Amino acid sequence: MSTEAPEAPQAPEDSRGGTLRSGKGRLADPIFKWIVATCATIVLVILALMVIRTTSEAWPVFVKEGFFGFLLGEEWVSGSSRTEITGTYGAWPFIYGTLVTSVIAIVIALPLAIMVAVYLTHLAPRRIAKPLSYTVELLAAVPSVIFGLWGLHWFLPNVMRPFFAWLESVLGWLFLFEGPVRGVGYLPAGIVLAIMILPIMTAIIREVVAVQPVEQQMAAYALGSTRWEVVTKVILPASFSGIVAAAMLGLGRALGETIAVLMLIGGAQSWGVSLFSPGSSMASHIAATFGESSPESRIALMAIGVALFLVTMIVNILARVVVWRLGQFTGDAAV
Amino acid sequence: MSTATTTPPSARHTPLSQRPPGTGLRRFKDRSASVMLTAAMIVAMIPLVLIIFEVTRRGIGVVNLDFFTQTEPPPRREGGGYAAGFFGTLYIMALSVLMSIPFGIATAVYVVEYGPNRMTSAIRFFTDVMTGIPSIFVGLFVYGLLVIGWGGMGFGTFAGAVAIAVMMLPIVTRSAEEMLRLVPDEMRNASYGLGARKWQTIMHTVLPAAAPGLATGSMLAVARGIGETAPLLLTAFGSGLLVTSFQGEAQGAVPMQLYRGATQPFEGGVDRAWGAALCLFALVLLFTVLARWVGSRGSR
Repeated sequence: MSTEAPEAPQAPEDSRGGTLRSGKGRLADPIFKWIVATCATIVLVILALMVIRTTSEAWPVFVKEGFFGFLLGEEWVSGSSRTEITGTYGAWPFIYGTLVTSVIAIVIALPLAIMVAVYLTHLAPRRIAKPLSYTVELLAAVPSVIFGLWGLHWFLPNVMRPFFAWLESVLGWLFLFEGPVRGVGYLPAGIVLAIMILPIMTAIIREVVAVQPVEQQMAAYALGSTRWEVVTKVILPASFSGIVAAAMLGLGRALGETIAVLMLIGGAQSWGVSLFSPGSSMASHIAATFGESSPESRIALMAIGVALFLVTMIVNILARVVVWRLGQFTGDAAV
Repeated sequence: MSTATTTPPSARHTPLSQRPPGTGLRRFKDRSASVMLTAAMIVAMIPLVLIIFEVTRRGIGVVNLDFFTQTEPPPRREGGGYAAGFFGTLYIMALSVLMSIPFGIATAVYVVEYGPNRMTSAIRFFTDVMTGIPSIFVGLFVYGLLVIGWGGMGFGTFAGAVAIAVMMLPIVTRSAEEMLRLVPDEMRNASYGLGARKWQTIMHTVLPAAAPGLATGSMLAVARGIGETAPLLLTAFGSGLLVTSFQGEAQGAVPMQLYRGATQPFEGGVDRAWGAALCLFALVLLFTVLARWVGSRGSR
């Protein structure tokens, strides 16, 4: 911190803008404050514009279909009118796809994230704990389109399809794993999503676990507990709300993820109960059909976007409230 | 946890301090749990290793000088490159860096130096919330705001850059905030003691002191922005040709070309997509590692 000292001491009256006592530059401070305050309000303005702009664009669709009619309608037929809404727009297949893939992702990623977080904080040799956690966080830096490419052209044919075939042969009697196994579908999209949300969940759970008071753990050890007992009976119960927050932030990510899901979910405009069946998520449907859409169906796509935004906002705000209640965290986990 | 009385008779005469915590079943549970946790750690590492390995293996043969200097032929044909995409990405990223980083840092300055008050906590909260907005929704918003709304600017570089800037803004703000908080108050007081005004203190003392940290956050934001695909599909729209216009003409970018190449059933297009993935990954990695390096150098 030696280089950061204010530059060579200046005689106060020479400093630019004048000093506190000189009348010259009296306005500099209020102006500066005003500039940064304006920049800061931009965040709020952007958010407000987002809500207003997209909702007002999409309003005619909600008016025609009704809010719940839009959410629960199963048919999506694009119209091509320029002035009014003529098609039928029901977003249920896409909402179902979003829910199913996100739930798969959370079910896989949450236990893994908890275990990795506990390993990193309580089991890993001190020397490798830091590099290991960097490596997990590096996974968060991989662009989602690369997950999509890798998932579609390597992971799916080499690992998932044989696994699915086996799964179908063992659990095929269950409606969730009914064949045929086509390759792309809900399950592969959900599995890749799980890999993608693992880093953020691990980062948050690790921080929550790391700040648990050491005294309680020492007391438990002193009573003769094994490490496993300390983890399951002392640390995890105390970290419960943090784990919930991590799960919700992961869920928020999973709900909104677009490109990787788009490449793996199959792009069908229908829905099926089998996890192997191809479908669409809300985000993937928007990205897939946007390019070739008529102006009218782009408005309908915007209505899907508004619904998606609402859901992710609710999930995110709840998660943030929980995290904020827990107290101070470093910025890494928030990103 | 009060299991001291269940010690089996055989161990009765070993001193308590020499006995391992737990015995029999409990010790077995503890051991197997350790194995399980280690296994989970390994499982969590596998995808990254696999992705790095596969992207390098398939991409390395495709990336050569032509890949950066030629535009893309029809997907069926081999050879050619992503020159248009690289140019578009550079153009879009330059514009969005110019938009997001000054605003992000200014926001952080307001929150840290002029807070806390109701306004700053609202801004902090909504910045946090903003990190969770789906990228596709940001695309839709910019489409509604700039592409068809407000004079109908059409698809183009600027619209794409605005979308990416909106994605980057909360990342820059959050990290800048943390970094400004790390600047010790003694430095601020010293500056005031020399007779500096508040804005002089911020510009000449606080910001230079936080500079390495600010650079770290900005680079992480760039690393995130470079790979964004979904918002660009709705705002820059994509193009296989070199586009230099600022706005009004569809612009391409590497991730968009990658996506289109990867989803077409032609060998040539898929091969080029792997090459692009390698370049994109290398760029992201470069920015991430550079950011950590700058950050660790600054904090020494």
